Amino acid sequence: MKQRNHRTPGRARRLLAGLAALPALVALASPAFAAGPPTAEVNTTDLAVTDDTVKVGILHSITGTMAISEIGSVQAEKLAIKQINESGGVLGRQIEFVQEDGASDWPTFAEKTRKLLRQDKVAAIFGCWTSASRKAVLPVMEQFNGMLYYPTFYEGLEQSPNVIYTGQEATQQILAGIDWAVKEKGAKTFYLLGSDYIWPRTSNKIARKHIEKKGLKVVGEEYYPLGHTQFNSVINKIKLRKPDVIFASVVGGSNVAFYKQMKAAGVDFTDESPLLLTISVTEDEIRGIGGENVNGIYASMKYFQSLDNANNKEFVAAFKDAYGDDMVIGDVTQAAYLGPWLWKMAVEKAGSFDIDKIREASPGIEFKKAPEGYVRIHENHHLWSKTRIGRAQSNGQYEVVYETKELMEPDPFPEGYQ
Amino acid sequence: MFADYSSTELLSIFAMQGFAGLSLFSVFVLMAMGLAIIFGQMGVINMAHGEFMILGAYTTYLTSQFFQTYMPGFFAGYFFVAMVLAFLISGALGAFVEWAMVRHLYRRPLDTLLATWGLSLIMQQAYRSIFGAREVGVNLPDWMMGAFQVTDLVELPVNGLFVMIIALSIALAVYLLMFRSGWGRKVRAVVQNRPMAEAVGINTAGVDRATFALGCGIAGVAGSAFTMIGSTGPSSGQAYIVDTFLVVVFGGAQSLIGTIVSAFSISQAQSTMEFFLSGSMAKVLTLLTVVIILMLRPEGLMALKIRR
Repeated sequence: MKQRNHRTPGRARRLLAGLAALPALVALASPAFAAGPPTAEVNTTDLAVTDDTVKVGILHSITGTMAISEIGSVQAEKLAIKQINESGGVLGRQIEFVQEDGASDWPTFAEKTRKLLRQDKVAAIFGCWTSASRKAVLPVMEQFNGMLYYPTFYEGLEQSPNVIYTGQEATQQILAGIDWAVKEKGAKTFYLLGSDYIWPRTSNKIARKHIEKKGLKVVGEEYYPLGHTQFNSVINKIKLRKPDVIFASVVGGSNVAFYKQMKAAGVDFTDESPLLLTISVTEDEIRGIGGENVNGIYASMKYFQSLDNANNKEFVAAFKDAYGDDMVIGDVTQAAYLGPWLWKMAVEKAGSFDIDKIREASPGIEFKKAPEGYVRIHENHHLWSKTRIGRAQSNGQYEVVYETKELMEPDPFPEGYQ
Repeated sequence: MFADYSSTELLSIFAMQGFAGLSLFSVFVLMAMGLAIIFGQMGVINMAHGEFMILGAYTTYLTSQFFQTYMPGFFAGYFFVAMVLAFLISGALGAFVEWAMVRHLYRRPLDTLLATWGLSLIMQQAYRSIFGAREVGVNLPDWMMGAFQVTDLVELPVNGLFVMIIALSIALAVYLLMFRSGWGRKVRAVVQNRPMAEAVGINTAGVDRATFALGCGIAGVAGSAFTMIGSTGPSSGQAYIVDTFLVVVFGGAQSLIGTIVSAFSISQAQSTMEFFLSGSMAKVLTLLTVVIILMLRPEGLMALKIRR
């Protein structure tokens, strides 16, 4: 009895001592658990950052006409976020994403951006695909000071402090492509063909200028309304003018019609007379067109699924593991994958989630694990990247036949286009 | 523009260009025939026409997959099976839609516009959920690819010829059905005077359902044929709907002959202008001409002269 009485206070004392030590223990354990600096330090602008999570937004069309193109980007962004989380997150915080549907409607994109920035207070948005959606989102991004990672190759003529452009701007794609066709294939005459909206028109303007500067000739330039499905007349015209190169920037459903009708009209692209060089057909599009219809065309882009390097093999394997073996990865999908990684590096370089600090930290950031090989962010918020020429095969993949030696400098405002 | 070419070259280009115009004509006829029946004969504006076409295209896609997996030996002929299936499936869905929705709206023609537009959205999203948002690639048997070498310079695309034959056969079949069969006589009677037709014992509800189903079934066949020349995706049908209405309205809504005449004039105008001007300009000029002619002749090219 006595002994028991004696013991009980002893136990209580030990318990009390233990309780007293607890805060110290928690204090010791929590940095090891979250491994990040305190929230007050890394988030001075009231973003959705807690001690162990940070919220970002994904904004693409998952319904409507653009869903065809944008779903690959959503998949790539989610994959990157998952991988970043598995490797410890950003400044010790796990990334949570809020996904919104732009529904292929540009005002909806703007409205959802407002929601993501004002209500969800996301630290970054990965999203948009068409230039039209980006232009709609831009004023909102600038008004509420958000940061958008935009994946698509596009026409340039833009540089916002609130956007990082992870795809190529027009000159990177076009100049390298035309130089290659002239040097390797001896091309002298070009026929420019595109869908009728800003991207093909600006691209062809850049192409024409570059071609004429070399003293070569553009023998035709032509645009068809989006969704146009009858190309027989233009195919006859091309046969009449006999260009060395057809430079094509046809998009969407028109693509399918164009290549099927070229093939049906007896044009065999593997003959390379004329040679077809496109800047708009990625592996994604070939799925709809059918590999046998594009066999032998060339594409000028920064990424092909078949790129032979260790980063890319790992990326392709992870992508197929996550979404199924029959997935194909096009240029834009890869560029979308870069977004979350570039953001993570900018945050860690800045030591803060604040948008202004990320903006300052971004130029000069190098991503050596990029599937396309290596990229670096330029002062103008675009990426230094190599341009490759791929030759389409009937299995729907491109075989890389050429790659620029140096990284191409992004030049969103080429002389004479403002 | 033509100075550098020999006369044989020019001749062959013009021959191929003529063919291009004719194949555009057959595409228009195929697109418009189903709609002309529904719009012209029933006064129902079917905004989901494009989606019925794509239903036919997806049927073709599934049939091609099936043949490739289970009967590769018969792959060369699968397209004919696919077209029949496309007709039956689109037609059956058409009959169902008429029963469930359209028949309640006959007295409110503008409401059918909204209802069928809603239907088109539902169908698009259904395709997206079932087949995925990406376009699917429909494999064609080898004999349907490539071109028919007529002379050294003149090459005619096989699939163009094929579309042309389908369009002509369907036009002929519709003609026989509408103007040379008892059923067609009933349809025309209902169009001209519904109460009187009912009074002489014609089952107008049955005629309506069959007409709607026939229009949708033809749309399905058209969609099936278009897998050869266009894309197959959830929203591909949207690419056709404007041209389709243009052809039907321009031809005079109640005249099937008018539809054919209008398809011919629009396609020839467009393909000729596409050759001499640029693509977008050709479209602008075609539409302008149509607008002006419709201002002068609001009832379209061929108006049915009947007492109302």
